[in-house]
Amino acid sequence: MSATAQSDSAVRVEGLCKSYVKDGSPALSDLSFEVGKGELFGLIGPDGAGKTTLIRILTTLLLADRGTASVQGLDVVKDFRSIRRLVGYMPGRFSLYQDLSVAENLAFFATVFGTTVEANYHLVADIYQQLEPFRDRLAGKLSGGMKQKLALCCALIHAPSVLFLDEPTTGVDPVSRKDFWGMLGRLRDSGITILVSTPYMDEAARCDRIALLQHGKIIAMDSLAAMLASHATETFAVRGERPFAILQDLRAYPGTRYCFAFGQEHHLVLHHDAGGPAAASAYLRERGHGEVGIRRIEPNIEDVFIGLMHEQSKELRGQAASELGHE
Amino acid sequence: MFFAFVRKEGKHVLRDRRSLLILLGLPVVMMTLFGFALSNEVKNSNFIVVDRVPDAESIALTARLDESRYFTFVGKVRDEAEIQSYFRRGAARLALVFPAGFDHEMRHLGHSQLRLIADDSDPNTANTVSSYASVIIAQYQAELASGPPGSGGISVEARMLYNPQLKSSYMFVPGVMTLIIMLLGAMMTSVSIVREKERGTMEVLLVSPMNPLMVITGKAVPYMLLCLVDVLIILLLSYGVLDMPGGANIPLLIAESTLFILTTLALGLVISNAVQQQQTAMFVSLVGLLMPSLVFSGFMFPIENMPLPLQVISHVVPTRWFYQIASSIMIKHLGFAAVIKPTLVLVGMTLALLMVSWRTFKQRL
Repeated sequence: MSATAQSDSAVRVEGLCKSYVKDGSPALSDLSFEVGKGELFGLIGPDGAGKTTLIRILTTLLLADRGTASVQGLDVVKDFRSIRRLVGYMPGRFSLYQDLSVAENLAFFATVFGTTVEANYHLVADIYQQLEPFRDRLAGKLSGGMKQKLALCCALIHAPSVLFLDEPTTGVDPVSRKDFWGMLGRLRDSGITILVSTPYMDEAARCDRIALLQHGKIIAMDSLAAMLASHATETFAVRGERPFAILQDLRAYPGTRYCFAFGQEHHLVLHHDAGGPAAASAYLRERGHGEVGIRRIEPNIEDVFIGLMHEQSKELRGQAASELGHE
Repeated sequence: MFFAFVRKEGKHVLRDRRSLLILLGLPVVMMTLFGFALSNEVKNSNFIVVDRVPDAESIALTARLDESRYFTFVGKVRDEAEIQSYFRRGAARLALVFPAGFDHEMRHLGHSQLRLIADDSDPNTANTVSSYASVIIAQYQAELASGPPGSGGISVEARMLYNPQLKSSYMFVPGVMTLIIMLLGAMMTSVSIVREKERGTMEVLLVSPMNPLMVITGKAVPYMLLCLVDVLIILLLSYGVLDMPGGANIPLLIAESTLFILTTLALGLVISNAVQQQQTAMFVSLVGLLMPSLVFSGFMFPIENMPLPLQVISHVVPTRWFYQIASSIMIKHLGFAAVIKPTLVLVGMTLALLMVSWRTFKQRL
């Protein structure tokens, strides 16, 4: 649309800072990154990492304290009116009219953006087909997954060049989540830049690149494959009876670098000189945990995240693991 | 685009059955309450008579009072001590004292004197009761004057302008109308806008090319129509059920009501810009607006009787001006010339409030 020629990044953020409370801990501190045109970019981090704040600044809803940000070459402060014309935004909370029907919501948002459902139907056809059987149902009576699909339709109906999605899959069942990500992939293929935030680590695989956000800082940014490749830390999965007691003991074990709960198991990373899994296993037997299985695993994105956090700050150990959302 | 907004807002209103019921039921309930239940008419007051030398005139006047629906004759007494015993027992509210030779004085001197004694332990009622009696006596006197020659005057001077029958039920209409418009206009608009903030839809609307003016006016139109429907309901009830005498300039009244509705809508917009929660919006509209509206409109308490500071405050309360307009048009049957000043005040207030709401509308979160 009205993108500047010299820049081929859809979103550019430089030294962004934002605090809600004066002198309090910042929601964003000195954030810088770029999202290329046509990229599916994931912001991944626990609640309170600053994802929503960042998206709100980029969608011109909030003003940053310091730093600059631009969308399609337009400044988020100076050119906020132009930006509002060319982005699509889906807030974290379901924000459509619950007392209007599916069709009425879509028609209303089309009108708000000065277009019609007919004119841009091809953009949403793929998604809207699934909603078609419920077109006269009130939006408030839809299932969680359906609501998100409708919200996506409403955010897409005006053919935005950049799409901002704030935790679109939170509170949505796994099947619908998969479905939703499939849609995002197809949208990206059609040339729309997408910036999506999520607390779910497993969704990182669907993004071209991801940024791991923690306490308002980006602690890593790359494609998932590159991140996993550079992590290269020997990781073990520990399984046994009384998982909580095992976790406690492993954290007290001097050979442990860090350990966190992952579903039914615990993921464990040991110090190099700790004697490997055999020593850890012996330690656990000594503490009265009979049958304990320890096996080596391929680290996943969550291991990468925890590892990075561990490096970032020792005092975050433990606490952060419980903050992480996973399926 | 604008009509899409109005249509959407209209759907919100129509689909929220409970609110719609309140919006349309409130005027009916208020009118019924004020028209019938909360009437300040005093009917069937017992009265006694001191008439030591009864004659034709005193007997006729006593009968006349007894016939009216305001009074019931309960007995003759001999002196004032007996009056007091009636009053103490609550057996009578008013005593009528005829002089000896009432008939004679009336016929030959052309005038006479009557004493009305009222039980002033309840001053409002006493006041009302004695004015009713005065009016009935005055009517009787007027008939005498146009009667056979030689009939004379009784010196009671009381004139009840604009409401000669002392019927109070429709006197409430302008006040009730003022309050209903104030309440609905300000509360409904502010609540509906704040609802968009609370539900997050405002966030989505902000990230769109839409002008904030569109949100504001799109909200105002359906609520304005609703308030006008309420005005019509009130008018239908007043003329159809409360027997309000015709002769008021109805188109003028509707035009003035529209202006006042605009004032309240603008006030609602200002409130909605200042608060974040529907509960707060409702509380501010109810407590912050309804109370001063009630107190300072002049509808319940005469403004002239208030201490000066309160009188000054009353000037900034929009209901005061609209009440003045509505009662001038509906009760006194005055034309536009009589209400120019309050009309201009309301226009000014509306423009000022619209300016404030325009300036305080937040472009961001």
